[in-house]
Amino acid sequence: MGWIGESVESIRSIQIRQLITQAVTFGLIVTSALIIWKGLMCITGSESPVVVVLSGSMEPGFKRGDILFLHMSKDPIRSGEIVVFNVDGREIPIVHRVIKVHEREDTGEVDVLTKGDNNYGDDRLLYADGQLWLHRHHIMGRAVGFLPYVGWVTIIMTENPIFKYILIGALGLLVITSKD
Amino acid sequence: MHSFGYRANALLTFAITILALICAIASFTDSFNHPTPLAQVKVLNINWFHKQPNGNDEVSMTLNISADLQSLFTWNTKQVFVFLAAEYETKKNALNQISLWDGIIQSKEHAKFWTHTSNKYRFIDQGSNLRGKEFNLTMHWHVMPKTGKMLADKIVIPGYRLPEEYR
Repeated sequence: MGWIGESVESIRSIQIRQLITQAVTFGLIVTSALIIWKGLMCITGSESPVVVVLSGSMEPGFKRGDILFLHMSKDPIRSGEIVVFNVDGREIPIVHRVIKVHEREDTGEVDVLTKGDNNYGDDRLLYADGQLWLHRHHIMGRAVGFLPYVGWVTIIMTENPIFKYILIGALGLLVITSKD
Repeated sequence: MHSFGYRANALLTFAITILALICAIASFTDSFNHPTPLAQVKVLNINWFHKQPNGNDEVSMTLNISADLQSLFTWNTKQVFVFLAAEYETKKNALNQISLWDGIIQSKEHAKFWTHTSNKYRFIDQGSNLRGKEFNLTMHWHVMPKTGKMLADKIVIPGYRLPEEYR
């Protein structure tokens, strides 16, 4: 009877070891993704280094689903730059072009007005009630680079969450079932 | 080891890597282009010039803008965004940049143009400093690539002056 117990023991130990290996692999994937994201945050100085364009307000330059790389440096904001900004009371950041800048002599504070290339008027209608200008703290970063189409993946995933679950499930299954 | 999933994964990874590399190279080739754009702007008329009830000066002007931006276009150029900004200093502000006119150029054929226009965006100062104010008109352009890094530059045209009196 002893050999049965022994073999059960050995099978169990193999499975546990495999389980742990898989858990570690999975953990490594998640943490390396996190490291890349946080590393980009440090390098670019922007709290979200990559954004997906969600509206057509910057067409024909940026279409829905394009990806923008942001950079936030100490350099002053100048007109013509494409900035990503948050307006108080709105959750989704907006990507538009700066058309007017007024920079204070004494404090260096800036008043900025933006407009979407494809919009008829400026953005004062989008700002909070009574807000005429954007200030430095509204701005999350300026767009420095551009990659077309790639953002469609995230748009599809946020609009049809089922794709997200299928993708996550499939990847999870792949990680769990893969045996090197 | 050589399962379908494994091969599909390897193929996909390889394809994406190559694509990313090609995009990076396409963007890099832009740095070999040394453009020599030209721009000329004339202020033809001051249409009106007054102080708003809230105390800010506003001016409306007619501009004649001609430019040749053909040399900015390369095979990786999707569009050129060009705009003309009035730039001046006041006691309160170290820099005021006010976009007066802009345009989107999508092909090299349309990059040599002239236009006769009044200012598209309102020229309003923060305060009442515009009488007799000297200002620069600066032609800025932002090149949007098909992929990769965005480029920008400008031509500063100095020596414009607003009238001494409201009209």
